Amino acid sequence: MSDAAPLLRAADVEVRFEGRGRRAAAIAVDGVNLDIAAGEIVALVGESGCGKTTLARTMLGLERPTAGQVSFAGKPLTYRSAAMRVYRRLVQLVLQDPTGSLNPRHTVYEAVAEGVRIHHLDDEEARVAEALSRCGLRPPERFFQRYPHELSGGQRQRVVIAGALVLQPQVLVADEPVASLDASVRGEILSLLLRLRDELGLAALVVTHDLGLAWNIADRLAVMYLGRIVEVGTPEQVFADPRHPYTRALMSVLPESPIDPIVLTGEPPDATRIPAGCRFHPRCPELASGAAAAAGVAEACTGTALPMLPARPATEAADQAQVSCHLADALSETTGRT
Amino acid sequence: MTLLELRDLSVTYTTEGGPVPAVRGVSLTVDAGQTLGLAGESGCGKSTIATSILRLLPTSAKVDGQILFQGDDVLTMKWGRLRAVRWAGASIVFQGALHSLNPVQRVGTQIAEPILLHTTAGKDKARERAVELLRQVGLTAARADSYPHELSGGQKQRVMIAMALACSPDLIIADEPTTALDVMIQAQVLNLIGDLVRERGIGMIMISHDLSVLSATCQRLAVMYAGKIVEEGPAHQVFTDARHPYAEALSWAFPIIGDTKSRMRPRGLAGDPPDPADVPSGCSFHPRCAVAQPQCARREMELWPAGDSRLAACVRVLPESEAVA
Amino acid sequence: MTQTVTTDAPPASPRTPRQLAWVRRHAALSRFWREYRKDRRGMAGLIILAVMIAVALTAPLLANSRGLNPIYATAAPNAGPSLSYPLGTDSDGRSVLTLLIWGSRNSLIVGFSATFISILIGALFGVVAGHFGSIRARAGRVTDNVLMRFADWFLVIPFLPLAMVLARTIGPSLGVIIVVIGLTSWAGTARIVRAQALAVETRPYLERARALGAGHWHQMYKHVLPNVMPLLLANTILTVAGTILAESTLSFLGVGDPIRPTWGQMLGSAYNYGVGTGNVVWLLAPGIAIILVVMAFTLVGHALEAVLDPKLRERR
Repeated sequence: MSDAAPLLRAADVEVRFEGRGRRAAAIAVDGVNLDIAAGEIVALVGESGCGKTTLARTMLGLERPTAGQVSFAGKPLTYRSAAMRVYRRLVQLVLQDPTGSLNPRHTVYEAVAEGVRIHHLDDEEARVAEALSRCGLRPPERFFQRYPHELSGGQRQRVVIAGALVLQPQVLVADEPVASLDASVRGEILSLLLRLRDELGLAALVVTHDLGLAWNIADRLAVMYLGRIVEVGTPEQVFADPRHPYTRALMSVLPESPIDPIVLTGEPPDATRIPAGCRFHPRCPELASGAAAAAGVAEACTGTALPMLPARPATEAADQAQVSCHLADALSETTGRT
Repeated sequence: MTLLELRDLSVTYTTEGGPVPAVRGVSLTVDAGQTLGLAGESGCGKSTIATSILRLLPTSAKVDGQILFQGDDVLTMKWGRLRAVRWAGASIVFQGALHSLNPVQRVGTQIAEPILLHTTAGKDKARERAVELLRQVGLTAARADSYPHELSGGQKQRVMIAMALACSPDLIIADEPTTALDVMIQAQVLNLIGDLVRERGIGMIMISHDLSVLSATCQRLAVMYAGKIVEEGPAHQVFTDARHPYAEALSWAFPIIGDTKSRMRPRGLAGDPPDPADVPSGCSFHPRCAVAQPQCARREMELWPAGDSRLAACVRVLPESEAVA
Repeated sequence: MTQTVTTDAPPASPRTPRQLAWVRRHAALSRFWREYRKDRRGMAGLIILAVMIAVALTAPLLANSRGLNPIYATAAPNAGPSLSYPLGTDSDGRSVLTLLIWGSRNSLIVGFSATFISILIGALFGVVAGHFGSIRARAGRVTDNVLMRFADWFLVIPFLPLAMVLARTIGPSLGVIIVVIGLTSWAGTARIVRAQALAVETRPYLERARALGAGHWHQMYKHVLPNVMPLLLANTILTVAGTILAESTLSFLGVGDPIRPTWGQMLGSAYNYGVGTGNVVWLLAPGIAIILVVMAFTLVGHALEAVLDPKLRERR
């Protein structure tokens, strides 16, 4: 998977929101490299305020990066309206709240056909029927004239996915696709995403704070903290052996975790006041416990900024997980790992 | 001592479309110092149970059965005793702290409110107590002067917990206390709740759709579906080894990380939770059940023994002789 | 596998999507009508309006238009009600009833036309300002500001002096009244519509439309406008009430057409020439008519708001 050409790439992306008046600027995304290969499902996990939604929207083209660039199949986005229209057929969006995502006055048919009409595609009815069918709403004709409020949450989310699918995109960006759905229904929607990947080769960027979801469907997992990706790898790698203290803490509080619970105190600082050095250092249990000092990196933690993680590791360490942490770097040097 | 006992509780709402049975014959017990988890999805009746315990249902709701709090039936209590029970006997941490806090009142005032109502404390003493409660839930005293919109989700939830503790109740009902919170904040809040309950010997009912959370924090777990309890037993066992097909399906939604069985294999249930106004006959789960038998559509389910202090409302737990109707 | 919807099955005979859509619209309208019927005051208002509009439409059948021309007036002026002149006569000897019936036509025409202009401009400004105002880019906010400051200007124009000035320079006519009322009332509608548009813009389906590639026009026409419509409808009805009152005022003050009678003009003439003489009905009749019609529109407008609002909430 790591030698496949990336389909969607974010390179050195920074997204800054200027503060109004005396308020400081909020740097929602502070230097991120992220790749999505064809047919790959990448989970972007992190807590609220970490910038994952902003990053996803930037890769979708709904937000312009203040630095760095987003490119598709090697070509950077130009943000001119004609180019963006073409882009919309390649990368599509599924939002969290299926009820809010559908205009209550439009029927299911109109909701799914919206994309077709905007791009002036032909065979509207056939396309709509096919998309609904693929999403498990069969027979599709029975759903054409329904309104969103007559459907259940799971069905609404299928309609939203069908609306995205009708443009035959190559990448789907899903922001918390199952968070608003009943627990017993989530598995069905996740299975649908996997099936779409198998049948259509659809790649996906799934933004979520639910690690269980990443375990269920992700090929790769990127953990974000305060605007930076701090650890990347396959779920097996990251979950079994989390190297970044933040990831370790997250894993430890999950049910049935083999790691003793590390409950971090306080909350992530907001994006207007990013700490110097390693942005996690004020809450880092390794720094607080002296483990960092013992390894000799305590000063680096508080003073030296960490470089951005590359989207993929260098070829010799192609299948290794990557982590952005002074302590982890120091430890891996001593153990000879890269 | 049995703190709370629900005996065959049934609640039916009257709506324009006719009567809607939200709770259909539920029996539960909670002892002092014990934690009970109540799991279920939308429409199963768990929130209705929470509000009925303090008799907070709308007057149009028909309630049958008994709710015995420390021996007295809440449903037939005199007004004075009910007022005393509300908040000083049992309190609720409401779902969605977003809407449960008054946006135009400072947080300290809101915590002090039940204190002023239930004790003879004056405004200053009440304020002192409110500040002390804030400290106990991990917030600084300065927060007493904040407005709800200045607090984060996790902080608001802590305020709700502080409010619930204000009058030192014997029972706390936490309705979805960690839904919509991040993993780490959820861990903080659950730790807090766990510590407080242990220290004070409070009885607690925690309501959630997240089985993994309930299994980690509660001693016993009851799973509800369509107004009835379908499985009950020690929390961890119900989560990892459910006897009722619905409870099993619910646990799939919370895969254990590291478990290869669920890697790249999300499992869910087809269909949707039933509309309380239109519940299927027999076992209400049978239309969505993968192992349903013909009798499931006809036979009324009961909570049959399914192991050591475990109950399940499924014919599959019955011994061969009784299994066929 | 997957569950299909467990509501009623579609009808056996094959229907095209268009027919199905019509059936749904019909069902929605009858639901709406059933809800509306429950509001008694709304029904009262609707009945009064229906009568008024019927009278206005059938005016030529009810009263000979020659009765408006003072030349043909043969009756005694300022006479009280009698059998042949149920509401008496005015100072020219014309039947007050005839004037009232024909006056209803003009008053309602002016009211509706002025409202039409007002709502059209107001909705346009409101939707465009609300839509562009929610775009994060500077250009959007600037557009919104420019449009709204322009509207503010119209908000503060005092309609009476404007009417006077225009009447003096162009000459008094019903057209002047329509223009004046339209110009001075659209800004209020624009503000209300803009506020609603801003609220609609925050909803996720707008973001979804943008993600699908929708341009500004598509977003405004397909999403913002339909969701602003209910508010607009109720606002329109209430505006008509206001414009009729405004028209009465202007006509009363003599800004209107001296030849074509409106109720306001009747009031004005009665006030100037009829008070103290025989026919007090000449003053009362148009006054009561104005009150009735304004009240009717207001009742209908409020009933509409009440019916449309919970519907929207229930749908979500």
